[in-house]
Amino acid sequence: MNIPGNLKYTASHEWVRLEDDGTVTVGITDHAQSLLGDMVFVETPEVGRKVSKGEECAVVESVKAASDVYSPISGEIVAINGDLDGSPEKINEDAFSAWMFKMRPDNAADLGALLDAAAYQSIVESEAH
Amino acid sequence: MLKRTPLYQSHSDMGAKLVDFGGWEMPLHYGSQIEEHHQVRRDCGMFDVSHMQVLDISGSDSRNFLSHLVANNVDKLRIPGKALYSAMLNEEGGVIDDLIIYYMDESWFRIVVNAGTADKDIAWMEKQATGFSVEISPQRDLAMIAVQGPNAREKVWEALPGSRELTERLIPFSAVEMGTMFIARTGYTGEDGFEIMIPAKAAPFFWATLAEKGVKPIGLGARDTLRLEAGMNLYGQDMDEAVNPLEAGLAWTVDLKSERDFIGKAALLGRPLKYQLAGLLLLDRGVLRSHQKVSTSHGEGEITSGSFSPTLEQSIALARIPREVPAGEEVRVMVRDKLLRAKVVKYPFARNGKSLI
Repeated sequence: MNIPGNLKYTASHEWVRLEDDGTVTVGITDHAQSLLGDMVFVETPEVGRKVSKGEECAVVESVKAASDVYSPISGEIVAINGDLDGSPEKINEDAFSAWMFKMRPDNAADLGALLDAAAYQSIVESEAH
Repeated sequence: MLKRTPLYQSHSDMGAKLVDFGGWEMPLHYGSQIEEHHQVRRDCGMFDVSHMQVLDISGSDSRNFLSHLVANNVDKLRIPGKALYSAMLNEEGGVIDDLIIYYMDESWFRIVVNAGTADKDIAWMEKQATGFSVEISPQRDLAMIAVQGPNAREKVWEALPGSRELTERLIPFSAVEMGTMFIARTGYTGEDGFEIMIPAKAAPFFWATLAEKGVKPIGLGARDTLRLEAGMNLYGQDMDEAVNPLEAGLAWTVDLKSERDFIGKAALLGRPLKYQLAGLLLLDRGVLRSHQKVSTSHGEGEITSGSFSPTLEQSIALARIPREVPAGEEVRVMVRDKLLRAKVVKYPFARNGKSLI
């Protein structure tokens, strides 16, 4: 199971990277892409949209199913990865570099509530049983 | 406990993602469903379809029994080996299952039914067989491997010594016995190829031999997108016991012209038709899925099967919509929380390696 130690995670299978400029980058985990299978469509949020923690803000659709992507924290969308529009399969190829959007957190303290790699791994393992 | 086919270990060894498919532990894909789909359209691939049930009908009344049992006309079966696709209806005209009947001789017809409906089908057939001199024998130790694609027959001939001579002139939709094997030029992909029944014990070796000849394994995921592109109905999605076959794209398989009576015929004759099964091509970005609501100029409909089409590189669907809606009309589909535009088209969408749209 590929779960990089330098990232933070949510129980809903998003990964979160804290950037030096105080923004966060968000994508879906390798585990999530493997459950969904071949991606065929990604709908990213509008730049400038304000979202609350846990709010549906993007959609990934594979051949098999559609799945919501939830905002890991409250804040504002400041960038989206336009590459995914024409090449959603990038998520299958490398889920941790195929980021979906960047956000500016409303409250940096929210980041403390995210899971570390070990905690996320135990969630993935418990789902498997 | 999920049921496993004789090829379970082979799938596991080949890295299949195994899922619960109607009580069977089956391969969904072996890496990429889309690549597997293209593999079949462009070259060839093999599917384990051993979960489907083979039934042999024997006895002097076999033809009369089937004539009563199914909606298509078994009198079309006169040449040994010829196959017939048909729906099996209940008294109300609903579809109990769809099946293929192979005519071998007057005292042997071989039927293949769906996995999920097999027990129900056998019980129904047993009940209907009262008064007929027939025996219904499930062949539970037969595995079934479908090899499909433009190069499928050539690969089978390479893998199976003696099969070329026997099946080179086999016409589409017919079958021949080869020792303990049964080779049919049928399939569920819209490509040429064979469906091969083989004793369970011999199946893993044959599968491995095909793999050695370069035939790639294909999961049920690609099987579904291939059959959808080919415009073939899936039981339980595009039709079931509550659905009139004449409203499910199956009119060509229902014989209402001959004098012959069959179960469900009276119900079908007495019922007005409201719907058709039509193809949809999504014009906006997104993916059509089963059960999404469709708005047309003549009222509401519903998607019965929808997915992303790897050949067309856009989303397609089969939908039950009012009969009056013409091909070419632009309709609206509720996809999650958005109304997206789709065009009504005649299907199939793709066959023999090519888009037909």
